[in-house]
Amino acid sequence: MLSKTSLGMIAAGLMGAALLGAPAFAEGSGHDQMKPTRLSWSFAGFFGHYDQAQLQRGFKVFREVCANCHAAEKLAFRNLAEPGGPEFSEAQVKALAAQYKVKDGPNDAGDMFERPARPSDTWPSPFANDNAARAANGGGLPPDMSVLAKARSYKRGFPWFVLDALPGIQYQEHGADYIAALLQAYKDEPPHGVKLDAGQYWNDIMPGNRIAMPKPISDGQVDYTDGTPATLENYSKDVSAFLMWLAEPKLDQRKKTGFRVLVFMAILTGLLYATKKRVWANTPH
Amino acid sequence: MSGPSTYVPKSAIGRWFESRLPVMGLVHSSFVAYPTPKNLNYWWTFGAILSFMLVAQIVTGVVLAMHYTPHTTMAFNSVEHIMRDVNWGWMLRYLHANGASMFFLAVYIHIARGLYYGSYKAPREILWILGVIIFLLMMATAFMGYVLPWGQMSFWGATVITNLFSAIPLVGDAITTWLWGGYSVDNPTLNRFFSLHYLLPFMIAAVVGLHVWALHVVGQNNPAGVDIKDVEKDSVPFTPHATLKDATGIAAFVILYAWFVFFIPNFLGDSDNYIMANPLQTPPHIVPEWYFLPFYAILRAIPSKLGGVIFMFGAIVMLVLLPWLDTSKVRSAVYRPVYKILFWVFIACVIGLGYLGSQPPEGGAVLAARILTAYYFAHFLVILPLLGLFETPRPVPASIAESVLKGDTTELGKA
Repeated sequence: MLSKTSLGMIAAGLMGAALLGAPAFAEGSGHDQMKPTRLSWSFAGFFGHYDQAQLQRGFKVFREVCANCHAAEKLAFRNLAEPGGPEFSEAQVKALAAQYKVKDGPNDAGDMFERPARPSDTWPSPFANDNAARAANGGGLPPDMSVLAKARSYKRGFPWFVLDALPGIQYQEHGADYIAALLQAYKDEPPHGVKLDAGQYWNDIMPGNRIAMPKPISDGQVDYTDGTPATLENYSKDVSAFLMWLAEPKLDQRKKTGFRVLVFMAILTGLLYATKKRVWANTPH
Repeated sequence: MSGPSTYVPKSAIGRWFESRLPVMGLVHSSFVAYPTPKNLNYWWTFGAILSFMLVAQIVTGVVLAMHYTPHTTMAFNSVEHIMRDVNWGWMLRYLHANGASMFFLAVYIHIARGLYYGSYKAPREILWILGVIIFLLMMATAFMGYVLPWGQMSFWGATVITNLFSAIPLVGDAITTWLWGGYSVDNPTLNRFFSLHYLLPFMIAAVVGLHVWALHVVGQNNPAGVDIKDVEKDSVPFTPHATLKDATGIAAFVILYAWFVFFIPNFLGDSDNYIMANPLQTPPHIVPEWYFLPFYAILRAIPSKLGGVIFMFGAIVMLVLLPWLDTSKVRSAVYRPVYKILFWVFIACVIGLGYLGSQPPEGGAVLAARILTAYYFAHFLVILPLLGLFETPRPVPASIAESVLKGDTTELGKA
């Protein structure tokens, strides 16, 4: 007859054998890129919210650098004035939009025409279509930036990915960290012995390390007017914060609402529990 | 349990109505007077939590459907439209997407509770099988729902899973083409998935109705695993006792749900699904949502496509057969010293399979997945049939009242 312990040991042995095999593959399978550094973001954590000044700086970088090649189809000019964003004034946004031309029509004569953009228009794309974008960028398609900060991430591995869900140490800013790190991870020369194809650049963060985007930005390239040092590091952080807002424009409202919901539910749960205790008080159970 | 209703409406209108359609009497006998074992712990609140989640998913889903466009060129953008331009649209979508995960979390706990306390044993076989049917319908619904945002994982997940049907000999390819409505996952596929994703939850609701009906015929199992013998001594009326306990469980569960929705809404999702579906670009690792991972691991553990499909569905068939595979006469693990250990080993096995399902199928992961797959099936086909014959159970109490007095079952989640 099988005893309790022997059965338990057979089972434990099987499980152990299975899990011993597991770590062996964790090493070999990943890309050999470096992990992004975890930065401290104003929008992280329980009470996180976007830093308006940072979003405004990030927008400047986006507008003057990224937007030359990357589209952001879901960005409307009006979004730039909405609460929880860069919060430019209505007048600023109107003036900004007027600097761009958009195609409209057909008019009464049946013709398409160009007119200055209005706040309700979306951000004009730099290229007419994907093929035009590829042709102008050595075959690579610069991805649309509308939700890019949520479309990029990196593997944290066990046990970190579990801990990242826990209140107090939660981590949701993988995308912003990834983009900020990638912008600073260009190397002029690939490591010794590695040959890059034409139109490829070496990047320590990019999966596979080969990236089709040339180093997009360097120190001093964009003028900052608020006294923030015009360094690559600051550009990278600011534009990543901007892209996070672009991908998740309702984050401020979400976290504020969430805090109220948690407080409400905690009180409700407490009251229900106390009532339940009362009702069951005279019932042995 | 449920005899003729003793419910007598207080008002004349109520009595007039009740004599024509005794719906209030049905509600009264099912959710007010219904005798509930007095020793139920908080693991028994997951039935109510699941009912709540079903309603939450239907309500948020119906509103989302008002703003969503099921077309390959517009689906992805319409979801972003919901996130940006629909009032509280971001909340509806995060509630719905995370709601699916919470629904599965609750159903896995509910199933595990049934496994631990032997809730599948006679006379609850039909009740249990109805539950497995609900689980299958949930999986189909969740799978099709995940396709709707038309991101990279939506598209490639749909491609991988629908391709499984092509493993069926002779007619496989024809069936796959029929499912797709074409020769690949495309607009007709997206349209029918949207239609079915809207239909299936109502089928779930109907089977839940049967599940609750069957439950109220045979009565609830409980931590002692002995049935109610004396309604006075062993049970309490459903209202207010179980109602309040269920409400407490739901409220506590909503705290967890809200944590995910408002603070880590994308934790359980794949970042690739924020890239619009591109049939020309396969993502490096195609991974399903977390709740499918153990089954995905079993699928990939078998070195043949058809074999993998058979074993994956076989993993669910094991649950259907469970009432007859477990030969022990004792229901509750509280009185089964060996089963109690092997239950947790089985849970660890499923979690291990889930982890392996999330990893690329390379090197040691393949071997590990094969060992755990073998153990999964051995648990049902070898261990449970033999254990019932060889295990010596502890003495089972004569009644629920006796087990409460002895404090037998106070070990798990009592309050």
